Amino acid sequence: MSTIQKSTFAMYGLTVLASTLILVGCGKKTTNGDQSAGGGNSVEIQNAGSDTMVNLAQAWAEAYGAANNNVDVAVAGGGSGTGIAALINGTADIANCSRAMKSSELTKSVNTHGQDPKQYVMGLDALAVYVHKDNPLDEITIEQLGGIYGEDGAITKWSQLGVKSSDGNDEIIRISRQSNSGTYVYFKETVVPKGKEFKLGSRDLHGSKDVVELVGNTPSAIGYSGMGYATDHVKMLKVALKEGETYYAPSLQNSLDRKYPIARPLYMYTTGEPTGHIKSYIDWCLTDAGQKIVVDNGYIPAPKN
Amino acid sequence: MLQRSKYKVIREVLIEWIIRICGISAVVFVFAIFLFVFWQGKGLIFSGDFDFWKFLTTKEWYPASENNPRYGVSALIAGTVSVTVLAMIIAVPFGLGAALFISEFCSPKLKETLKIVIELLAAIPSVVWGFIGLTIMNHLIMELFGAPIGLTVLNGAIILALMSVPIIVSIGEDALQAVPDSYREAGIGLGVTRWQMVYKVLLPAAKNGLLAAVLLGVGRAIGETMAVLMATGHAVHIPFDAEFPFLHGLDSVRTLTATIAAELGETARDSSHYQVLFIIGILLFTITFAVNLTADLIVKGVKGK
Repeated sequence: MSTIQKSTFAMYGLTVLASTLILVGCGKKTTNGDQSAGGGNSVEIQNAGSDTMVNLAQAWAEAYGAANNNVDVAVAGGGSGTGIAALINGTADIANCSRAMKSSELTKSVNTHGQDPKQYVMGLDALAVYVHKDNPLDEITIEQLGGIYGEDGAITKWSQLGVKSSDGNDEIIRISRQSNSGTYVYFKETVVPKGKEFKLGSRDLHGSKDVVELVGNTPSAIGYSGMGYATDHVKMLKVALKEGETYYAPSLQNSLDRKYPIARPLYMYTTGEPTGHIKSYIDWCLTDAGQKIVVDNGYIPAPKN
Repeated sequence: MLQRSKYKVIREVLIEWIIRICGISAVVFVFAIFLFVFWQGKGLIFSGDFDFWKFLTTKEWYPASENNPRYGVSALIAGTVSVTVLAMIIAVPFGLGAALFISEFCSPKLKETLKIVIELLAAIPSVVWGFIGLTIMNHLIMELFGAPIGLTVLNGAIILALMSVPIIVSIGEDALQAVPDSYREAGIGLGVTRWQMVYKVLLPAAKNGLLAAVLLGVGRAIGETMAVLMATGHAVHIPFDAEFPFLHGLDSVRTLTATIAAELGETARDSSHYQVLFIIGILLFTITFAVNLTADLIVKGVKGK
């Protein structure tokens, strides 16, 4: 009995294996065909980096691809650090970066490619501090944010900020980003006292959108992300530098006027002076048409110089 | 007398050598991988300012800090241990129960169906499990337990339990099948009920095999990355304390594997951060090696009898 069952199983296994092999064989053939048919004379630009900029970069790539049939811009996220690593390794032509290159990365790039990387300011991003839409808090200071997020910060309860979370949970659930994100680095530099780190125990998420989504689902959470990611489930706090100063909402105007304290430039980097298609692409992004896409995505256009 | 042709002799020798190489290749690969991981991490281990004891016992994990990087993995170890332990508390009764039912209590037809379905459960990719954790389980845990956030030890543990149950079931079932039928017949012949036969005769006879099944499940749970990265909240936090119930299932944690997956992509090659991630790799390798070795020795014990 059991031997019969075993051999049935073996047969079954063999059939599955054989049919898989046949399928794989077929699949290969079709892909090859497709490649030879579609792989014409188009140029591909590899663009990787900041998660904050990934929607914007995607929108640029689509608009540019629609206007220029022969150029195909492939966009990948992963974080600013990842983008710069890809740029240095040569797997990306342009790195999107929501922070400036670190000196260590600069040295590495110069050593690998023999020339200074070229930096472009593509627009500005205001980092919004998000809370759940039912949270009674409306305003916060950079000092308070430092107390919440900083390594030695004393603020862990909503009652310390004078409010009560709508679900009755007094503990502030801190939502942060993974350490290779430009948003993480920039927020740390802005709110945490110099030389200090973030407090451990925050939920470190992997994308700008995830942060806003989780805050929208969690009544006692606080998080930070680009202001372009706001939804109906969250509220953006007004921010002042310290107690007694004016609180500013994260709006286009306030960021352009440099009144809102958590706004930062968004960069593109190339390994040296770009040429050909890469140069035309970046130049196009900085034209009025390209900058309109920046505004459409909730960011602030690059200052003209 | 029949003379074999030279061609056939050579062919046989060749085939023998090919399968011999296939056989020992596994050993070569294991050693090569261990050496590679060790090689990547060795720079930091022997650099003098790396304190292995401090690495294991402090919880400050600030690998990306510019001015004061600290590498303490005790919180990450606690994360891995907590998720694994809770996963096994859930998976072992389910897995062994299912193995018992399939092996002893169900009809042959149902048995074949169940075995195929359980194997299908093992075929679900871990990132899909992660999705389930991130979306469905997150909301369920918030609703059912009133937790402020659903990305917790419990969430990761349930996902891991579902992932390791197929291993426990199939190996556990093999162990039960390996008990000779004469044992069962002898038991029934003495007039005991089926259930008495199971726990007085079958379980003691198969206990080593069942233990091995559990240990292989543990190995699976420790090594799993993607699903726990998505489901546990990724917060550097120790969920244990000295008072009952000792383990806080509704805290967020971060595991060793998730840390490597989340951070390796961003690090510059041969930087201290890069090397410390490989040291975590060595640590993980050692843990799973110990678990698998124990399982193997136990299975050997079965055969020795």
